[in-house]
Amino acid sequence: MKKILTGVFAAALLLAGCGTADDPADGGDTTTPTKIKLQLQWFVQAQFAGYIAAVDKGFYKEEGLDVEILEGGVDIVPQTVLAQGRADYAVSWVPKALASREQGAAITNVAQIFQRSGTYQVAFADSGIKTPADLKGKKVGNWGFGNEFELFAALTKAGLDPGKDVTLVQQQFDMQALLRGDIDAAQAMSYNEYAQLLEAENPKTKKLYQPSDFTVLDWNEVGTAMLQDAVWASTERLNDTGYQETTVKFLTGTIKGWIYCRDNPEECRDLVVAKGSKLGASHQLWQTVETNKLIWPSPEGIGVVNGGDWKRTVDLALGTKNADGDTVITKQPEGLPYTNDYIKKALAKVGGDTKGESYKPDPVTVEAGGK
Amino acid sequence: MRRALGSLALAALAAGAWELYKALAPDEGVSVAGVRFLPRSDDQAMPHLWTVLARLGQPELRGGAPIWEVLLSACLTTLGIVAVGLLAGVVVGGLLAVLMQRFGFAERGLLPYVVLSQTVPLVALAPAIAGWGGAIMPQWGTVSVIAAYLAFFPVAVGLLRGLQSPTPEALELMDSYSASWWATLVKLRLPASLPYLFPALKLAGAAAVVGAVVGEISTGTRGGIGRLVIEYSREATTDPAKVYTAMLGAALLGLTVTGLLTLAQRLAARGATP
Repeated sequence: MKKILTGVFAAALLLAGCGTADDPADGGDTTTPTKIKLQLQWFVQAQFAGYIAAVDKGFYKEEGLDVEILEGGVDIVPQTVLAQGRADYAVSWVPKALASREQGAAITNVAQIFQRSGTYQVAFADSGIKTPADLKGKKVGNWGFGNEFELFAALTKAGLDPGKDVTLVQQQFDMQALLRGDIDAAQAMSYNEYAQLLEAENPKTKKLYQPSDFTVLDWNEVGTAMLQDAVWASTERLNDTGYQETTVKFLTGTIKGWIYCRDNPEECRDLVVAKGSKLGASHQLWQTVETNKLIWPSPEGIGVVNGGDWKRTVDLALGTKNADGDTVITKQPEGLPYTNDYIKKALAKVGGDTKGESYKPDPVTVEAGGK
Repeated sequence: MRRALGSLALAALAAGAWELYKALAPDEGVSVAGVRFLPRSDDQAMPHLWTVLARLGQPELRGGAPIWEVLLSACLTTLGIVAVGLLAGVVVGGLLAVLMQRFGFAERGLLPYVVLSQTVPLVALAPAIAGWGGAIMPQWGTVSVIAAYLAFFPVAVGLLRGLQSPTPEALELMDSYSASWWATLVKLRLPASLPYLFPALKLAGAAAVVGAVVGEISTGTRGGIGRLVIEYSREATTDPAKVYTAMLGAALLGLTVTGLLTLAQRLAARGATP
């Protein structure tokens, strides 16, 4: 009996060894760089290409930083990870971070990387949906969990009551519901789900769907866009001069990474694919370019929080009620919700074209299934 | 041998039922008053089994390894996480069972909490464990803790039953030898609990697999089958067969764990017979 139990335990321990095989390996360093952890909102994908490029191309290393990128998961809340001190910086959407701040997370936006919102509401072109007002009486998909406020703001602006005038449908991660006609309009990120639509075969033509098959409601044009991917830092630690310097260094590397991805989208795609993303290469190139479009041009330089965009985001977060009657936040953000101090120092260090005013995205050809 | 044939026949039956439903049910499923209560049966929702099997042989991404290889390595990673979780669960569950058997007040005091522990929804628990554990252990360790949390329960309850199973006569005999509590435990109660322990272990094994898969999804732990399930599910729009390959992998992992425990039971039974 004892022998058998020992045997079972030994086998279990042996198997346990498999689990330790994929710990991230530390790169060999000659000096002793400052170790930094960056928490992403989701798995590695081209949405975070700039950070990945900054690691792989040594932009952080040039600043004396050793940056470890922590992937997100379904239940990982980057702002919470940051507020609890398990990461030094976090990438998060502004409305979600504002909600966390109101719950007590002491965090500050130090760089507004995405200048525009990447959220669309997509419908078939022949559905007659051309403006938010046309959603009246339709089945409207959305992801919920705080992703629905731009849609709700647009409905409200169009004079509709989101609770009564549309049928809200909880949407899955894929776009099948729209393609099969279960819903009339689906939420989609320009850099992800929208590409999935264009990577799917149209059963009528036996060819891939074309952009002309769809109508896109772009919240940036409707005027209800809210700010998305931003770099957040610990408010308390920003009182510490060491962390202040590290923040400038971190943002310097980050900006260089994003500039690299603007100028070399294919190389950036390869870096993301090499990080083990399970999305195909053509999909990742699409995502790299669409992400670039959300960043460039940045009229005041990449990462600078535009006061008007910030105010609109806060106003929408305060004023838009979701289906449960909740708003994102209940009062004006207190303390230090954002600062441009560090990004401006970083921009001064980087020089060169940090605005991308002449940025012209190269068209990306999607392939079936995004392979 | 007969049992193996039986399992194969069952698997064939399930496969047959899948294809039969696909052949007979309307593509759009059956809806009554706008509510679909029979699922769609077209190739998007239910790919043919041979499409799924063929997908296993094709590369995961262009130029990448075939899916079966990716799945196998992911299953091995998760198996490791499950093994650690199950081991921890068995140790904790076993200690609790012995404690509750030894002290009546412990049983009265602890058992309600043991039961209560399983009513906490996993989706609420996983982020909490990931948050607390993330600081002190590698990410896969937190997933093991989630697996252990689910696995300890059947062991604690089953083993307690087993430890209490010796007849009064047998206990009196041990008393008449003036055997210590420890000797009674090792020589009488533990051997007597084996028939209770192994069914409990199988439940614990299945629970540990569920815990590991959910834990991986929840914490975003890389390399395991749970992560593949969610990664592939994003491709349901364009590659529905791929989604099912990951589910197949997860199911096979569950079967493997149960199979290994059955094997352990056989060996233990052989060792226990004089």
